[in-house]
Amino acid sequence: MAAVADATVPVATIRRKVSRPMVVAAILVVWLVLFAALRGRQTLTLAAADLTALHRWLNDVNDSIGANRNSNPLFLYFFNEIRLVIDNLVTFVQSLISQPADGRPVPQIGWLGVVGVTGYVSWAVGNWRVALLAVAGFTFFGLQGLWQESMDTLALTLSAVLVALLIGIPLGVWAGLSDRVNRIMTPFLDFMQTMPTFVYLAPLTLIFLIGGASAVITTVIYAAPPAIRITAHAIRSVPETTVEAADSLGATRMQQLVKVLLPMSKRTVVMGVNQTIMAALAMVTIAALIDAPGLGKTVMQALTSLDVGTAFNAGLAIVVMAIVLDRVTTAAAARTEARRTDGWFLKWRRPLLGAGGVAAAVLVYLSHTYVWAAEFPGDGTVGSHLASGADTATTWMQDHLFGLTNALRDALTNGLLNPFQTLLTDSPWWLVGAVLVALGAVLGGWRAGVTAAVCVGLLVGTGLWSDSMTTLASTAVATVLTMLAGVVFGVWMGRSALVDGLLRPTLDAAQVMPPFVYLVPFLALFGATRFTAIIAGVVYAAPVAIKIIADGVRNVPESTVEAATSAGCNTWQIITKVQLPMARGALTLATNQGLIYVLSMVVLGGLVGAGALGYDVVAGFSQGELYGKGLAAGLAIVLLGVMFDRITQAAARRTRA
Amino acid sequence: MTPAQTEVSRPRDTSEDPRDGTPVISVRRLWKVFGPKADEVPGSEELCGLTRRELMDRTGCTAAVRDVNFEVSPGEVFVVMGLSGSGKSTLVRCLTRLIEPTAGEIVFEGEDIRDADARRLRELRRSKFSMVFQHFGLLPHRKVVDNVAFGLEIRGMSKAERMKRAMETVELVGLAGYENSYPDQLSGGMQQRVGLARALAGDPDVLFFDEPFSALDPLIRRDMQSEVIRLHHEVGKTMVFITHDLSEALKLGDRILIMRDGKMVQCGTGDELVGAPADDYVRDFVKDVPRGDVLTLRWIMRPAEPDDALDGPELGPDVVVREATRAVLAAEKPVKVVENGKLLGIVGDEEILSVVAGQEGGA
Repeated sequence: MAAVADATVPVATIRRKVSRPMVVAAILVVWLVLFAALRGRQTLTLAAADLTALHRWLNDVNDSIGANRNSNPLFLYFFNEIRLVIDNLVTFVQSLISQPADGRPVPQIGWLGVVGVTGYVSWAVGNWRVALLAVAGFTFFGLQGLWQESMDTLALTLSAVLVALLIGIPLGVWAGLSDRVNRIMTPFLDFMQTMPTFVYLAPLTLIFLIGGASAVITTVIYAAPPAIRITAHAIRSVPETTVEAADSLGATRMQQLVKVLLPMSKRTVVMGVNQTIMAALAMVTIAALIDAPGLGKTVMQALTSLDVGTAFNAGLAIVVMAIVLDRVTTAAAARTEARRTDGWFLKWRRPLLGAGGVAAAVLVYLSHTYVWAAEFPGDGTVGSHLASGADTATTWMQDHLFGLTNALRDALTNGLLNPFQTLLTDSPWWLVGAVLVALGAVLGGWRAGVTAAVCVGLLVGTGLWSDSMTTLASTAVATVLTMLAGVVFGVWMGRSALVDGLLRPTLDAAQVMPPFVYLVPFLALFGATRFTAIIAGVVYAAPVAIKIIADGVRNVPESTVEAATSAGCNTWQIITKVQLPMARGALTLATNQGLIYVLSMVVLGGLVGAGALGYDVVAGFSQGELYGKGLAAGLAIVLLGVMFDRITQAAARRTRA
Repeated sequence: MTPAQTEVSRPRDTSEDPRDGTPVISVRRLWKVFGPKADEVPGSEELCGLTRRELMDRTGCTAAVRDVNFEVSPGEVFVVMGLSGSGKSTLVRCLTRLIEPTAGEIVFEGEDIRDADARRLRELRRSKFSMVFQHFGLLPHRKVVDNVAFGLEIRGMSKAERMKRAMETVELVGLAGYENSYPDQLSGGMQQRVGLARALAGDPDVLFFDEPFSALDPLIRRDMQSEVIRLHHEVGKTMVFITHDLSEALKLGDRILIMRDGKMVQCGTGDELVGAPADDYVRDFVKDVPRGDVLTLRWIMRPAEPDDALDGPELGPDVVVREATRAVLAAEKPVKVVENGKLLGIVGDEEILSVVAGQEGGA
């Protein structure tokens, strides 16, 4: 019997290998033929101001929640309490550093105190280099004339990080210790991380209203998963022998945790804190959509009025803050490792820390007492210079690069985007749905097919089928471009250590940026179109895809490449016949990540004229009668995300098997 | 040098009669089954009879340890040997309940460990057993001396006292001067010395070794084996030693238990395994062992025939063949094997040569 099974397996795999691309091609051909015949029928288009029954019902839900907010026990004793606690926390932190408090015209701690404390903390947890960076970065906010906005963003970020860590680290430890908890939690965390930042906002405003408190709650929900995941991972990666050794010596569970697991996972947990902070900053800036104060709001207002200069100035502040926070926490993670090699410095560290603390306290006192230390001096001339510089540069580019950028834009829009979008939006909905289900089933197996069928059904149910297809078209085009960039640069990096060394730091830096800021330069180059969102999405998603593909190429065993070289392959043959096929798993994973990243950016593009689902969500926040439609659009984004994720994940599992 | 009544290089007193005195550990009908219906397997006569593969197909269970019985005497070095997957590491973890056994008894100093509650088990682990692990299991964030003191710290010993004790142990295992290093600054062999010191620091009654030297280079492995023999002489602890290396087993073990697929195949002294292998599996295993190094005269002597000259030199029955070779070959007459004044048999040139020259010779 075993022999029979052995004989049939290769035949089956050969048949599958030959047929899968052919089946995909056949599906596409059938689609094109039917599209030609049935074009324009049953496309389920819905005008921008039109509503379906679902949207009206969601509006009613919103209204009734609004009316019963203070009488429904669930709200009275649960949601409102949460909101109250978070609101108090946010108000408290804001009164410390960003908002006038206690009848004072300025916050409790002025700029000098904040800069002093930031420098001191950065030095204490990291090193003097990041401390200098932090001081310079924070001073720069003041020079830009964005001190208060920056401090609002910082206050929200810090509050959210505090809450996220308070929840995330204990949960992570729990998931690290218990297999069952881990099993229950993983799908939730997967789901939460798949979703574009955007979609958390709408349903939460339903419960928590808009403003700083809901911004922090949203941010906590978005930023806690990395903390949970990384803490659990850290606890789990403590070598089993070490745990067993402590057990064999008779350690109690508490001793095991405090003396073995936590100390050994400290470094990784600090890296989790870094991830949490970066995620929080990204979300806090996007939460400007639900009226969160801070830099995000400045950028968003400037974006919607197409004021590139102001958007650039505030976007730059976000970038600087991201760099400062990332560098400081990375240095803190490195420090937990290098701690013991310090030597003489170790002896002086304590007194120096004490002196630094006193100095920081003096600065805080000064900034609390004197106006010159409380309000940032000057009127932010650097900021106006930056803004006008950016405006000049934009004008210059629009004047001089007009031909180039327009040609690029028109080529891609007319050559790739428009035909594809027409194909998606002008086909009957059932045809596109059938194609999606069939592709899901062929690429990812029957399970993925079922998921695709459910998602298609629900998408139709949201009443936003046509908008979803427009977003799908932009996402698909952007993903293709992302994968092109990913393969070119990924293979290059994977093959050359030099290129890797040059590119990787840039890619790492690009990944910590909040997605928001990518829109600014492309808005300057391409104006308010779908194309801007697509290019911003490609730039946002490419670093992830490049890194995954580079690692995949690098992981191809040296001996295989050597064998191919000795067989006389040239470089092109090695890449196409050895390295890329063997990195197939990485390619699918890169597609998966690329799709998710691109999707979150393409919907953000709703802010700069990309229309479709992203616009529906944004409009939902600003116009009461469109609220339900915005909520449904958020749901549609979730459905698209789930569908992409499930199909590509299943495909990735298949290619690996 | 006339090797009359030569002492064997290693004291064999415990091995000669392992059953004198009460055993420290006695294991009876021990089972460990992994899988969905693990509890049902040891009780069911039918399931017990299946091979590992059949059991897997029938129930989805893996029997890692199947009906193992043995006793370990005080001061003995008891070696459990088997290839990977034979269940030896599971067995040693069952003994201290790092893995919970499925069925059977583990009696330690008169107490069935399986009945101990969590608190009692912790007490036993803190004071009676310690274990040395293949991959050391050291704490990278603690210095050597703090690693060694870890078990004492867990017990709640005061800092001064445990540091003193830890330093003594660090010196005992030859790591003096390295007490303030961190584990990752030490070589593999030295890291395992730290593991050894950590196990010894608590002054346990029994030391368990789970393939402690498998991850080390051959030369360092030999050093560490000698170190264990030395420590055994100095501190006289009972040791249960797991290994997959037959030469290590023969070098260290007073008695050796050979496991295969979770079952015990044979249990006996090294010369018993080589001289009288229980089945083809063991025979195959010991095939390449230099027989002259392991077998004693007892195994190769023949009964005295009437025409044998009985005025040759005398040797004891437990003299290893290699050590007797020169004496036997030099003697004009066959050597008499005598124990307590009683003639057991004689050994001539032919018997010696069949072992020393014809390693493959039929056993």
